[in-house]
Amino acid sequence: MALVLTEEQQMLKTSAKEFFNGNAPIASLRDLRDKKSEAGYDQLVWSEMANMGWTGLVFPEAYGGLDFGYAGLGQILIESGKTLTPSPLMSSVIVSGTMINAYGSEEQKKTLLAAIAAGEKIVTLAYEESNAHRPHTAEASVSNNQLSGTKKIVLDGHVADTFLVTARTEKGLGIYVIDAAASGVSVERHTMMDSRNAATVTFSDVPVLAMIGLPGDGEKIMDHVLDVARICLSAEMLGSMEEAFERTMNYLKERKQFGVSIGSFQGLQHRAAHMFCEIEMCKSLVLKSLQAIDAESDELATLASMTKAKVGEIAKLVSNEGIQMFGGIGMTDDEEIGFFLKRARVAQLTYGDYNYHIDRYAALKSF
Amino acid sequence: MSTATQPNIDAFRTETRAWLEEHCPESMRTPVKGFDDYFWGGRQPKFKDEDQKLWFENMKSKGWTVPRWPKEYGGGGLSKAEYKVLKEEMESLGCRTPLFSFGIHMLGPALLNFGTEEQKKEHLTQIANGEIWWCQGYSEPGAGSDLAGLQTSAEDKGDHYLVNGQKVWTSYADYADKIFCLVRTDKNAPKHTGISFLLIDMKAEGVTTRPIKLLSGSSPFCETFFDNVKVPKENLVGTENEGWTIAKYLLTHERSMIGNVAKMDKTLDKYAVDAIGKVNGKLADPVNRVETAKWLIDEAAFNLTLERALDEAKAGSPPGAKSSFFKYYGTELNKRRYELMMSTGGFDNLIWGENAEEGKTPREFCRTKANSIEGGTSEVQLNIIAKHILGLPKS
Ligand SMILES: Cc1cc2nc3c(=O)[nH]c(=O)nc-3n(C[C@H](O)[C@H](O)[C@H](O)COP(=O)(O)OP(=O)(O)OC[C@H]3O[C@@H](n4cnc5c(N)ncnc54)[C@H](O)[C@@H]3O)c2cc1C
Repeated sequence: MALVLTEEQQMLKTSAKEFFNGNAPIASLRDLRDKKSEAGYDQLVWSEMANMGWTGLVFPEAYGGLDFGYAGLGQILIESGKTLTPSPLMSSVIVSGTMINAYGSEEQKKTLLAAIAAGEKIVTLAYEESNAHRPHTAEASVSNNQLSGTKKIVLDGHVADTFLVTARTEKGLGIYVIDAAASGVSVERHTMMDSRNAATVTFSDVPVLAMIGLPGDGEKIMDHVLDVARICLSAEMLGSMEEAFERTMNYLKERKQFGVSIGSFQGLQHRAAHMFCEIEMCKSLVLKSLQAIDAESDELATLASMTKAKVGEIAKLVSNEGIQMFGGIGMTDDEEIGFFLKRARVAQLTYGDYNYHIDRYAALKSF
Repeated sequence: MSTATQPNIDAFRTETRAWLEEHCPESMRTPVKGFDDYFWGGRQPKFKDEDQKLWFENMKSKGWTVPRWPKEYGGGGLSKAEYKVLKEEMESLGCRTPLFSFGIHMLGPALLNFGTEEQKKEHLTQIANGEIWWCQGYSEPGAGSDLAGLQTSAEDKGDHYLVNGQKVWTSYADYADKIFCLVRTDKNAPKHTGISFLLIDMKAEGVTTRPIKLLSGSSPFCETFFDNVKVPKENLVGTENEGWTIAKYLLTHERSMIGNVAKMDKTLDKYAVDAIGKVNGKLADPVNRVETAKWLIDEAAFNLTLERALDEAKAGSPPGAKSSFFKYYGTELNKRRYELMMSTGGFDNLIWGENAEEGKTPREFCRTKANSIEGGTSEVQLNIIAKHILGLPKS
């Protein structure tokens, strides 16, 4: 498959760019933060995204989707990364939607997936328990059809209607569906450094509604779904680094010191040129990996780890250099370049950071 | 633009594969180990063995020493799509390049673009047929990164130019039959506008070379001296004093050639595992394990980016200053590979020995240091990216 966008994907990218620039620029993220928004994202923007079919973009038409593919969705993510727009796209559509679509029962698809695809329900995965990414382990457990345990860093947890929760079973990991309104669920909202939301959710003898897959399927399901999520998040991170880089280049041309543009200093030029090259590498990995999701490639795990590791590393480089090249003004809250630094750090630790994926890649390659 | 349809391309693939299977000797399907595994052509061609000769002759008969060049100049006349198929099929069988030369990768593209019909007929055909070994006379003692500062002069003597001066770092000047040269034809013009592009026979009276020994122990390049060398006027390529445009165009091709990170018979992880082994399923040196993983990811990203650039070019977007970017990234990547090999290879890689076979890795390691110097240094490539891709102001 050629490493270029199809015409349809290109069109979608263009309309996503217009939409986010027009409706959800960084100023609205600042506004959500300063006004301590209840939802933590702009619900009008979210319902518009649903109206345009983006929440169902990758799902079958039978469940209200458009069957358009992840390479297309990736373009929306890239553009939303440029404006740092928060929304439940990652947590509900990409993670939970992908999981139910691939592993849910017909019943679950008709109800839960259709509601996710329509943007009517927010479903989020609750799986981390420790202080680092450990998708295969869970202390949470189920007895008498009731789940107990505590989950950390549950994205959009405070607005979720339904949780998908990992718990250990005798056969390995299991994934359980839990109603957020059920008794025994307690949700503590946290605002993260990027002004997005993650909750600590405690389950005390909460009745489970159903399972996704069978007990012991959890590891396999988590690997596959998280690989999709890692690639999609990398697409968003790519958008953010492209934008941060462009802003930095504009500043280098604009800002004058010693009577000349600071962009004429070779000490900055070479660092800028190097970043340019690294971003090009990230673009190729992201596109290849998005296409691999659609092609149901055997290489998905390897590609996901390669991409998340590389993009994480370069997101760090570009966001750090952005601040440095802006100088003092880069350290202020008024200047938006700092927002990219904060988002890069949260995204880096989500679904496994650089260290995690370098290690996983080597293990997948048997060395 | 290629008009090849998919069924045609599929048929071409089947034919090509069958042809290669039949015409590529087994020994030509093994990775090249060193300089003399390549056939470079020339007036006195040196084949390593019969297989190498046979493989070259077979490919030449199809015009596939230069598959993309027009048939009338000895090429294969393949479309982009067909060329891609040929490359893929050669790669999957492990077929060696039948002929490697600066003629193919540097002078050829420049002549295709700037040469007269007579020049194309004569020189391109000779390059395609492996009849002439070309070398490159750009750099001078006083003109390296600042190439346009070159001083070798060519004086107009009516029917010929009289060339005087010195070139340096001229790769394979001692083997080459001819040299493509940048010379100054106008001493009073600003430095970029007084340069011309000349083709000179190395056998001409007044041309001498002196080999220079490299860190790696071999002597693949020379100083080249011109002492009152007479060069016929028809050997001027393009217009007098406008050679800089050709020089730059040729450099983009040279950089693409150098920027390619060669596949090796052993991947870096395999090299490391074979050299130091595993503990609990993981490479014994945990620091090297991380660096190796990182390198492999960068290599894959680099190759995907090359592929993407080709696909984008096919879709009509211009290549731009991309060659600088590939040159910079590819050569830095290759240097990192050898740093890692020196590290995992351990004490064994300290043995220099008496010949290239014995001290292979340390010698190759030394050679890679040139990658970010030859064809324009990494710093110069970064300058070009900053200026021509990022649009940053002149420093
Ligand atoms: C193995 C090998 C093969 C070669 N083969 C050929 C050949 O066949 N034909 C040929 O013509 N030439 C050949 N060269 C020469 C090569 O092109 C030059 O060495 C190269 O262009 C650098 O020039 P220099 O060696 O004079 O270094 P210099 O230009 O003196 O550079 C020294 C250092 O200064 C830095 N520098 C210079 N200018 C700048 C700047 N503006 N900004 C930042 N840093 C700068 C350089 O990056 C480098 O680090 C070969 C070189 C090597 C190593």
